Amino acid sequence: MLELEALRITRDDRLLVDLTLAIRPGQVVTIMGPSGSGKSTALAAITGTLAPAFARTGRIILNGNDISSLPTRLRRVGLMFQEPVLFPHLSVAGNLAFGLPSSVRGRQARQARIAAALASAGLDGLADRDPATLSGGQKARVALLRTLLAEPAALLLDEPFSRLDAALRAQIRQSVFDSARQAGIPTLLVTHDAEDARAAGGPVLSPLGGTLPL
Amino acid sequence: MHRRTALQLLAAFPALAGLSQKALAAQWDAVLAEAGGQTVYWHAWGGDPKINDFITWVGQKASERYGVTLEHVKLASTADAVARVLAEQAAGQTEGGAVDLIWINGENFAAMKSQGLLFGPFAEDLPNWPLVDVAGKPATVTDFTLPTEGYESPWAMAQLVFEYDTERLKNPPQDIDSILEWSTANPGRLTYPQPPDYLGTTFLKQVLYGVMDDPAVLQSPVDDATYADLTAPLWAYLDRLHPTLWRGAQAFPQNEPALGQLLADGEIDISFAFNPGRASAEIAAGNLPDTVRTFVLTGGTIGNASFVAIPFNAAHRAGAMVIADLLLDPEVQARAQDPAILGFQTVLDLQALAPEDRARFDALELGVATLSPAELGPVLLEPHASWMTRIAQDWTARYGVAQ
Amino acid sequence: MTLLRLAPPLTLGLMAVPVAAGLAGTALPAFGNGGAGFARLLDWPGLPRAAALSIGTGLAATVLSLALTVLILAAFAGTPAFARIRRLIAPLLSVPHAAAALGLAFLIAPSGWIARALSPEVTGWETPPDLLILNDPFGLSLTLGLVAKEVPFLLLMALAALPQVDADRRLTIAATLGYGRIAGFVLTVLPALYRQFRLPTYAVLAYGMTTVDMALILGPTLPPTLSAQITLWMSEGGLARRDMAAAAAILQLGLALCALTLWHCVEIVARHLIRATAFHAPRLPQLDRPATLAAHLGSLAVAGSLILGLAALSLWSVAGPWQFPDALPESLTLRTWDSAAPALAATAGTTLGIALAATATAIALTLACLQAETAEHLVPTSRALTLLYLPLIVPQIAFLPGLQTLALRLGLDGTALAVATIHLTFVLPYVFLSLAGPFRAWDGRIATTAATLGASEGRIFWRLRLPMLAGPVLTAFAVGIAVSIGQYLPTLLIGGGRVETLTTEAVALSSGGNRRLIGAYAVLQLLLPAFAFALATAIPAVLWRNRQQMRGLH
Repeated sequence: MLELEALRITRDDRLLVDLTLAIRPGQVVTIMGPSGSGKSTALAAITGTLAPAFARTGRIILNGNDISSLPTRLRRVGLMFQEPVLFPHLSVAGNLAFGLPSSVRGRQARQARIAAALASAGLDGLADRDPATLSGGQKARVALLRTLLAEPAALLLDEPFSRLDAALRAQIRQSVFDSARQAGIPTLLVTHDAEDARAAGGPVLSPLGGTLPL
Repeated sequence: MHRRTALQLLAAFPALAGLSQKALAAQWDAVLAEAGGQTVYWHAWGGDPKINDFITWVGQKASERYGVTLEHVKLASTADAVARVLAEQAAGQTEGGAVDLIWINGENFAAMKSQGLLFGPFAEDLPNWPLVDVAGKPATVTDFTLPTEGYESPWAMAQLVFEYDTERLKNPPQDIDSILEWSTANPGRLTYPQPPDYLGTTFLKQVLYGVMDDPAVLQSPVDDATYADLTAPLWAYLDRLHPTLWRGAQAFPQNEPALGQLLADGEIDISFAFNPGRASAEIAAGNLPDTVRTFVLTGGTIGNASFVAIPFNAAHRAGAMVIADLLLDPEVQARAQDPAILGFQTVLDLQALAPEDRARFDALELGVATLSPAELGPVLLEPHASWMTRIAQDWTARYGVAQ
Repeated sequence: MTLLRLAPPLTLGLMAVPVAAGLAGTALPAFGNGGAGFARLLDWPGLPRAAALSIGTGLAATVLSLALTVLILAAFAGTPAFARIRRLIAPLLSVPHAAAALGLAFLIAPSGWIARALSPEVTGWETPPDLLILNDPFGLSLTLGLVAKEVPFLLLMALAALPQVDADRRLTIAATLGYGRIAGFVLTVLPALYRQFRLPTYAVLAYGMTTVDMALILGPTLPPTLSAQITLWMSEGGLARRDMAAAAAILQLGLALCALTLWHCVEIVARHLIRATAFHAPRLPQLDRPATLAAHLGSLAVAGSLILGLAALSLWSVAGPWQFPDALPESLTLRTWDSAAPALAATAGTTLGIALAATATAIALTLACLQAETAEHLVPTSRALTLLYLPLIVPQIAFLPGLQTLALRLGLDGTALAVATIHLTFVLPYVFLSLAGPFRAWDGRIATTAATLGASEGRIFWRLRLPMLAGPVLTAFAVGIAVSIGQYLPTLLIGGGRVETLTTEAVALSSGGNRRLIGAYAVLQLLLPAFAFALATAIPAVLWRNRQQMRGLH
């Protein structure tokens, strides 16, 4: 369960975000608005990467714990950007290994987990590939796998489908939402696209908290 | 403890002059013991690779024979080392100084001696000192008219000789006046290193010898009352010579090797050096064509000796003395005189040497361009060091700062 | 984290403290003894000319370098020729000043390579002509040498700045409005671009006015430039001379400050002129052909004089007998290299040791500073940026003499460690300038992504940021090595003559005229940084042979 309690963000006295909401495990809540409206600022506050110029009040509660002042790496909040942001100097397996918790010990055990993850997404045999040589859809899947392997307690999606072409878009979107539901992860989607919001199936809000009709 | 005793012995060294040969030998053994394992920093001009190689070779000898390591600190100018010792004195550093040995003579020696920057006297207590030709080569104990008094030890003799390429010049001029005539007839083919460079100033002194009525006054310090009158002919000569020089005297080579390079490049027809064997050595090294020969002026050319001195605060005095003594060794002196190596003239009295040592010198070829001792002619004594300083200063004021 | 916080002040201190301490150490003797040093300096008849030479050569070299840089950028930005120039910059920049000057001297002397190549067929010269080219009284060859060395530097700085000012799109828009290339560049890109390389230009001006090694090799001698004369006085011995040298060093600093102020005024006037001109919208397409031609000739002259000069140096190092007017030596021999091998190896070892120590420290400090900036959200102030340029703008000749006296008193001089430390002061700014751009431009979303995957700051730095920046780090390393190897005055003064590097040896030999040995030293002086740059290119290529994006293919 991811809860935002009166999360208010201002910059130079201008109110950008004002949200109070609760996302159940497996539920997808959407924040929608035009660019510059503060959607991504809300995500930055939840991941803990808000630039110093912004001022934040209110609390962020994940599974009952207040994570508002924890460093990003301890929050267990997964994030996917518009682009896959794969690490260009690591192989596909290297990228996935970076997300896999270190509690999975031993070279073989880790390799097996990575191979299983790739197989589950239909990416068999791509472990040693240079990420730059993958197709757009493959890159998006690898990025999703990397996020999920880190076993996040919440998932944030920053317009992750906007760079994909229409056919691929629906397919990837569906697999992301399915994965989140299956794993029971509360998910917050930020988008300016009404189609994405409809596919998410959950409530749709503006950054300032108002409910939006679709 | 051993170290302390040896240092005390060293400190007493200058006072040993009156001791017997046997006592001296015992003291020298103590010096050798102290020197073993020391690293001596010899500050010497580093602009000539042949001299650098020779110093490296001396270092090998020092290491083999005495366990002394020799480091050649290559200077652009001897004054660098003087400045260094002076700065150490100003900073109150009376021990463990950076400079152990300096290649020195003339005004630098006079300056250091008068300011108490030198250790000594030590030279006349060196074991090889009796071999030095003090009587036949008075320049070994008189440095620019200043008695050395054992504060520096000689290691090479030098004399000014002129060099020319017989392919380009058949009959070189034989005295100062005919040099002016020749240059006037052949403009742009002569120059000299820019004073205060050593060789350049020596050229000015050679001109002084040629144009003065009574050169004997050069042996006394400069007298302000007569200086202007006495040097007027020099400036008159230069005023006439300069318009005929290489680059119209708007630029000068900076030192002896640069002047030699101009001859090698064919930019000038007459060059000169403070080393009668330089031309032969350069021919042997392939840097000058083998048609180059040397000549001296009628009436003689200026000659002097090169010395080594030890600063008052040298960190490795014993090692420095061992090097100074090694430089007087007949084997080292013979190598320095070899035209294929340096072509420097020895400071030793060949008659005083053991037969096998004398044979080393007899075996040397003079080299195609080197004059025999007889052909070298009379050696003119260096003027008092104050002349060099004054003339260089005035030259700079007259010709060195404006067009 | 707390250790990281110390990095920026420590780094700035390493750059500012030696400069400040050195200036104090110079000012003390200069103003001591009731100003005796200044009195003697004013009595020196060569002063007006030496000062004028210093100002004249410095300003002329800066104006010409800047003009040529702007011309090259305006004429070639975005064309295939620009890619070729871009590839040449790093190797040319790594040529130490002394080696560049020696090469140029071998090239343009009346007995030099150009004259040899044209004689006697074209010129009719059987012996070298009596022409005053080198060490000319107006410092023209010195100015030429400075321009050849500074244009690559300014170009490099401009290359880093061009994308920041979005030059390509500005030029496209100007072109669609009917402007010629030159007018479009000067009116739309230059004002923004110049703001980015104003400080480098100041460094060029200060260096040009006060260079010692280049002035000793190429500059006039009757009298020499003020800074060269100060060095001569410093090494002449005698406390009186040192006071005079200190006074002259303070004067030199004053002259440099005046010239910088003058330059700043000219900047303001030029900015207004460009604005006023832009209002009348002159398209000036007719400028393009002559300007492009001039840019071609200028870049050819700069690259050609450096490359041919260095080729001449290399040739001399293996030359047998080589008489004028032969264009090539009679024979080639390794004798120079053979006989000098032990000395060359020892000197190269010292040089490389000092360069590695200074550069490795500089890289570590720079990375610590930049990481601190990221981790602590520090924003670099413009004052910090100016401090970064301090060692480049304050003339070396003004503060190194004082620093030498200081080091001597503390018993710190004359060791390789002391030399490496002072090299660090000069290496740091270049390493920082070279690395800061790529480091700050690194995609921050990677760090955010990694942090959401649970990675710590340390893990992100060592596993992601550093490996991804391997190329820029290695390039900065090569730049640092090149800067350290090129240092002449700091090595000479702080090394107390006991620390010999390839550069001090080459300059010391340059007065002696043995071209073969000078050639050998200069070639090594050149090869070491070239090798570093080759490694900086080769290592990432091998490392990323299977990573397209890292090789810039995407």
